[in-house]
Order: sequence, then structure tokens, then C-alpha cells
Amino acid sequence: MTEPVLDIAVRHKLGDFLLDASFRSQGRLTALFGASGSGKTSLVNVIGGLIRPQSGHVRVEGETLVDTARGVVLPPHRRRLGYVFQEARLFPHLTVRQNLLFGHWFVPRALRKPAELDMVLDLLGIGHLLKRRPGALSGGEKQRVAIGRALLAQPRLLLMDEPLAALDEARKAEILPHIERLRDEVGIPIVYVSHALTEVARLATTVVVVEAGRVGACGPTAEILSRLDLASRPGAPEASTLLAAEVVDFDEAFGLARLATPAGEFAIARGALRAGQRLRVRIMASDVMLGLAPPEGTSALNILPGRIAEIGERSGEGGSTVHLRLDCAGEALVVRLTAKSAANLALAVGKPVYAIVKSVSVETP
Amino acid sequence: MSHWLTPEEWTAVRLSLVVATTAMLASLPFGLAVALLLARGRFWGKSLLDAAVHLPLILPPVVTGYLLLVGFGRRGPIGQFLYEWFGIVFSFRWTGAALACAVMGFPLMVRAIRLSIEAVDRKLEAAAGTLGANPAWVFLVVTLPLCLPGILAGMILCFAKAMGEFGATITFVSNIPGETQTLPSAIYTFTQVPGGETGAMRLTLISIAISVAALFLSEVMARLVGRRIAVE
Repeated sequence: MTEPVLDIAVRHKLGDFLLDASFRSQGRLTALFGASGSGKTSLVNVIGGLIRPQSGHVRVEGETLVDTARGVVLPPHRRRLGYVFQEARLFPHLTVRQNLLFGHWFVPRALRKPAELDMVLDLLGIGHLLKRRPGALSGGEKQRVAIGRALLAQPRLLLMDEPLAALDEARKAEILPHIERLRDEVGIPIVYVSHALTEVARLATTVVVVEAGRVGACGPTAEILSRLDLASRPGAPEASTLLAAEVVDFDEAFGLARLATPAGEFAIARGALRAGQRLRVRIMASDVMLGLAPPEGTSALNILPGRIAEIGERSGEGGSTVHLRLDCAGEALVVRLTAKSAANLALAVGKPVYAIVKSVSVETP
Repeated sequence: MSHWLTPEEWTAVRLSLVVATTAMLASLPFGLAVALLLARGRFWGKSLLDAAVHLPLILPPVVTGYLLLVGFGRRGPIGQFLYEWFGIVFSFRWTGAALACAVMGFPLMVRAIRLSIEAVDRKLEAAAGTLGANPAWVFLVVTLPLCLPGILAGMILCFAKAMGEFGATITFVSNIPGETQTLPSAIYTFTQVPGGETGAMRLTLISIAISVAALFLSEVMARLVGRRIAVE
């Protein structure tokens, strides 16, 4: 397929705020990432048809939803997009079953897939809720029903606008695996709005960074998270390295898992992992130490040899810190050091170094 | 009941029920439309419409009745038009009593429905739109069911007002036994003749019974609907 999943270029003025964003995404899950008020919800409302942009176009898998130059603006109910809002917005006068099938009724009969309901119930684990009313559901259950309802409308794209923002940590943990399965097992591309970097790191295949109504950067998740120029901007989230990992084995005695990643092996202190399990790990740039020789007598379990590939601009308060990108077996690893340490070690591009990472610092988002 | 009510009294009770029910049902579509306009519409003269709807609530009922007589009487401009084109006659008929009751109950009905429409979460309607429902379907399957309690309340209020309407009715269609003599008019007539106290008291008791029954019914319905629409 040569058409991008999502192709957007819009300009829209909302009071003093100017939304002027364009990007193309090929990802299965595209995250619109940015601070509150950066315009990411406006952008998703433009895709969903709740905002009619003053100019520009929106295309989903080659299909035009909006093209102001040609005078095309489809109304929301004809866009065939599934929309999951921050609050579940279930219909209180209908049962869970009727809520789930609401969008299904409006799918033309010839296009309806009859087995869909069972698939969705299984995917989201909500089969036991069918007869209840929304008032009797927990926050996490409501949100899962809302996701199911959007899926059963058989959308060509699923829009999720901070679907976890109103939930506590336990409820988030309950829903995240379902969204991962959705991304990997259902062939519907997803646009996911979030200001939480952990969610983005765990879920996204493509990240679009939205800043003050503009697209600051757009690309594969690992690349965006490790970009030095983005990390050195004031107010930017901490740079980090995202690695695809597979569990090699699990050491019961110490509760330590050994992971194989493209950058090398990692030992991580996370319980309940089984061999063969695939996951993403994230290492914050500030959690990595550098040494010129392999250190001895240290408590850190992860020591990776690499070379310095890039040295970023000095940033932080008074230019006290500097971001670096290492090349570890072809994989990028970002590091944040004080400018003084970088000077002490006389770091330069191409210099071989050893990256030291404490096992407890390796996160599984 | 017919054992302890005279045929005339029984007629007045039956007539009152028919008039009030007709007034309630006939004004429902208009009440819904006006409430929707006032709750959601943005148009020039909205506050004028609002004021016009509320007018019967503020005016003395006799004034409303007289205006109805002028407008809907056999010679009145609207009355004449309706008679010539549809053969509908209001003056001195039970239909006129129903019209007077409907006009008097209309502001109460519109108010209740309007408030319930305004209370409907527009975000739910937007969600229904994204699920493929066009605006007409959204109204039918989301908005309307969600404001059902308000619609029921509006209907009951209109019915209750119609059962008690006196001033406008007697001014517009007079007090003709069997045709326009509703419960309040019948009670009034009893109080005007010597020895009418027992008749007046009987009808008063029936009036109270009907009002209490209507109130009770509305409570039951509100509870049934309320249980379905548990607030999220």
C-alpha cells in the first residue's frame, strides 16, 4: 500500500490560537503527543469532523474526508471513524450490549461483519457486562465498552483522545494491554492523543510531536524519543531510548530477567516476565553513565560497548548538560551528561565508550 | 360511581377528563417543537417567542379567554379560517375548552421539556454522530429518550393545569352542561345555587382524587424512567 494511513495539512484559527499542522503517517498507531493546550485535541477533532478547518485536507488511506480546495467536508456521521473520548460517553439509557451495537446499526447491512461482536468482546474482556447499564460500570470498564462501541462501527480509523487521562494508574494498567492487542491484532489504524510519554513509548509506532498548534516532529517512536535536538528544547520531556526486547530467561532466585535487544543484552529487575515474551524497554538518557574503559567492581549489571555517534548542543540551566547519542551495535542509545563530565572524558564523535545502566533504571512502559 | 353522582355531574367529570387529555396530547408535538427551538435554536426573535409562550402564565386567564374568543370565535380571523378550510369549530364546543386548556398549560409543558433538553449532554450527541447516526437519528435515539422524564413531567403538568382551568375556559366557551361544563365550571355552578353545597363537595373530592392520581402516576413513571437513565 503506497497511500499513507493518514495525510493531513490543515490551517485553522481558533481565537488567538492558530492550528497549522501537516504530517503524514504510515504507522499502525500514530500518537499525537504534546503538552495540554498544544492543539492535539483540536487536530483530532479536525480528523473526526467536530471542527471544520478553514483550509487544508485530511485523507485517510487515500480517502478524502476534507479538502477545502475542492469544497469537500464530510459530516462526522459519514466519515466512518471510531472515536474514543477521554470520558467514555456511553449512552446512559441503553444497556452495554445496546451501546456496543449502536454504531453497528448504522453500518450498511451489506458491509456488516456478523462475527465482529464476539471478537470485540473477547479482545476487550467485556463479555460479562453485556446486560448491565453504564451507570453500574467502573471507569475502566466504561472505557473498554467505549472502545468496543467504536470498533463495532467498523471504522477505517480509530481516534482515541486521551482515553486513559481520566483513569487512575490501576485502571490504566487494566486497559493498556487491550490497546496493544488492538494495535497488533485488529487491522484498524489508530490515532492516539496523549500527553503521557509512558503511554506513547509503550503504544506508538509513529509519533507526531505537536507544539503550539504546529507539528514539531514526526517519525518512528524510538527515533523521536531519542532525538537530541528535541530533548534540548526548554520544557521538552526527558530524552530516552526505546528498544524492542525479548525475554531470554528469568532468574527466579534474584527476580531478574535477561532481555535480548538489538543494542545488546540487558538484565532488568521486573517480576512476572516469562521467556519468549516481547516487550518494549525504555531507558532515560539521564540514567546512563559513560566510562572510557569497562568498569570493574561496580554494582551496575548492564555494561554495553559503543561509540559516540552524535553530540548535541549544550542545554539545561546555564548550558550545564549535554545530550549524546551512542551507537551500540547499530542501535542508538541516548545519554545525558553534565557538560563538565563530557569535557573531562574528552568525548568526541567516534570515540569508543562503555555505557553503564543500572538494572532498576530500565523501564518497561 | 354513577350511584352517588347525578348524570350531570358524571358528564362534567367525563368531559373534564376528555378535555384535559385532548389538550395534553394535542399540544405535545407543538410543545416539543417549541421547546427544541428555544433550547437549541439560534434565531432572531427567540426571546419574543419565549415571551409569547409564557404569556398565558402571566396574563389574567379571563384576558387569555377573551383573546381566544376574539381570535378563534366563529367571526374571529383564525376561527373563520379553520371553519372554512377544515370545518373545525371552537366557540361554545368542548374543542374550544380543550384549546383554552392547551393554551393555558402550554407554558408549563414547554418549560419542563425545554429544561430537560438543555440538560442533555451534547457530548453524547456528538458521540452518536461519530458512530454513524445522522442528526435525525441522534435526536430519535439519544436526545428524545434522555429527555423523556422532562417530557412526562411536562405532559402531567399540562394535564393538571387543564383539569383546573376555569377562567379562560368559561370566558371563551361559556358554561354549557354536557358541552363545555368541566369540573371547575360545574363546581362554580353549584356554588351559585341554593343547596348546591353537597354537589360542590362531591365534585371537589373527585377533583382532588384525579389530581392525586395524576401526581402518583407521574411519580411512578418518573421512577421507571429514572431507573433506566441512571446518571453516569
